[in-house]
Amino acid sequence: MSSTTVIALEDVRKIYPLLSGDVHALDGVSLTIEKGEFVAIMGPSGSGKSTLMNQIGCLDVPTSGTVRIEGQDIGTLSDHDLTALRRDSIGYIFQKFNLIPLLTAYENVEYPLVLRYRKYDDSGRVQALLDAVGIDAALAAHRPAELSGGQQQRVAVARALVNEPAILLCDEPTGNLDSKTSTQIMEMLATLNRQGRTVIMVTHDAATAEYADRTILIQDGRIA
Amino acid sequence: MKKPDIIFQLSMRSVRLNLLRSVLAALGIVIGVVAIASIGMISANMTLSVTEELSATANVLVVKPDSGGGGSFGMPGVGGSSDDEDDYISDDQFDDIRKAAGSSYVYYLYSESDSVETADSSGRTTIYAMDDEAMKEILTLTEGSFPSTTSQVVIGPDLVERYGVEIGSKIAIGDEDDENGQTTVRVTGILEERGMSMDISSDNAIIVTEKFFTGRYGGEDEYAQVNVVVDDIDEIDTVAESIDETLNRKDDEVRVEDSSRMLDTISSTLETITTFALAIAGISLLVAAVSIFNVMMMSVTERIREIGILRSIGTQKGEILRMFVYEAAIIGIVGAGIGAVLSLVIGYVIVFGMVGTTEYFFALDSLANVPEGMIVGALICIISGVYPAWRASKLDPIEALRAE
Repeated sequence: MSSTTVIALEDVRKIYPLLSGDVHALDGVSLTIEKGEFVAIMGPSGSGKSTLMNQIGCLDVPTSGTVRIEGQDIGTLSDHDLTALRRDSIGYIFQKFNLIPLLTAYENVEYPLVLRYRKYDDSGRVQALLDAVGIDAALAAHRPAELSGGQQQRVAVARALVNEPAILLCDEPTGNLDSKTSTQIMEMLATLNRQGRTVIMVTHDAATAEYADRTILIQDGRIA
Repeated sequence: MKKPDIIFQLSMRSVRLNLLRSVLAALGIVIGVVAIASIGMISANMTLSVTEELSATANVLVVKPDSGGGGSFGMPGVGGSSDDEDDYISDDQFDDIRKAAGSSYVYYLYSESDSVETADSSGRTTIYAMDDEAMKEILTLTEGSFPSTTSQVVIGPDLVERYGVEIGSKIAIGDEDDENGQTTVRVTGILEERGMSMDISSDNAIIVTEKFFTGRYGGEDEYAQVNVVVDDIDEIDTVAESIDETLNRKDDEVRVEDSSRMLDTISSTLETITTFALAIAGISLLVAAVSIFNVMMMSVTERIREIGILRSIGTQKGEILRMFVYEAAIIGIVGAGIGAVLSLVIGYVIVFGMVGTTEYFFALDSLANVPEGMIVGALICIISGVYPAWRASKLDPIEALRAE
């Protein structure tokens, strides 16, 4: 494992025990992702790509095998440390945007920063990020429900970046957007990748996957 | 101004978003706090007022025949005429008490309970008799004069209203079918209100002359009780001991009581009633707790997806727990605060209505019930929120994110 490896999976298996028989959602997946890569994970539904995503996103731990994020074996971490890793090292961008409805756009971006540093942003960083994704201060004062899908996803991108994560993890980032907005968001991700960020994106849209340097195809819990 | 904790802000906004629901849940706490605080205040005011009234006669010792019935306290003059030979204090004993009591003022009381009839109404009341000199020494009239013949009486102020009598009115004592027959007397004086006191409960009584009493009920020189008015209140225990030693040398002939004992009895009775009433008020808090619990469970269920988002972007379990406990605490503290203000208002009215005076309302013992009720109410609210909050914090982020 080189020093620029951000993610390393080794023979990862995830088994969901069911009465009708165990489901092998991941069946021996090994892969490494280097710093600065733009990787697309593709596969039909039920192939295990969401499960793989959850492993990389530290939302779940493997049944066997190891998942290392920035060298840390997540299987050995406590829930507290795993949560802190999600907060500090991973920026999530979801298909359904998943902004916190009770907070304004600005506060949504600020939230992970406050969680991490236990203080509100006084450096202007939050608004700078929002400006970068095209959300001005007036728009940032609105709650998510008052924003369009494209605007919400821009806010989500800004939120994902606020703690300077090692990985940007995107789950069907354009799945709920029209094609024009999709292109804008993808251009944004591509720009972020060119600036040196590691971007991992789950998608089933081949056109979206074109932006990636590398495409990993998952089928029946294995890399095809 | 410093912005509050972001977790607290989320709680505040959730309460505000579901304002009606939160207000209704808080209403339960308001009612519970008002109930608890008001009952506490009524009890405290009653105790304070009784204590104050009794302290007016704190220098009086009451000596009663010891009928061997144990320590139960009877209101002076009520009941007490059994066939037991010893159920009175004899003249000899009275002399002994007098000697033992030294310079204290000692007087005896006859008492009976009898039916009375006036022009307007009828009922039952206590009839007291004492010697003429003691009557003038102990009792105070607001109007009229003390009886000078056996057919004249003075009455307590409560009877004036109850029987609609005034000076010059006639009162028929006893029943016509009674062995003693019916005797008509005339009211010549109205007594000053004494309130609750242990030596003689004259507010509700008719005071007759000794001659009238023994003429009607017999039992001359058989006194129902002897009161000893001690000059120096510090000497009261010494005098009580001295009486006890003199009269109870062989057998327990008499019981010597002072107002502190009556106070104890009344306090413990009040305490029992208060405990019972508080238990009932407690039920209203229990109902409030259930409604808070319900609201919190609803809040958790509605926000499962939000909890999933919060967890996935790095919110710790403890922070989720805190968020929901805060929410319950906000409802509880606001409810308890409103309850406190209302219980001051409602408590004041109820105390005035039930105790008759708000003289002691602002005493520490009375007002302390408000913060106490508040703390209990708020705590119950917070405790009710703990389980739903714990449930929320235990949610699996992946599962929670999948929720619609």
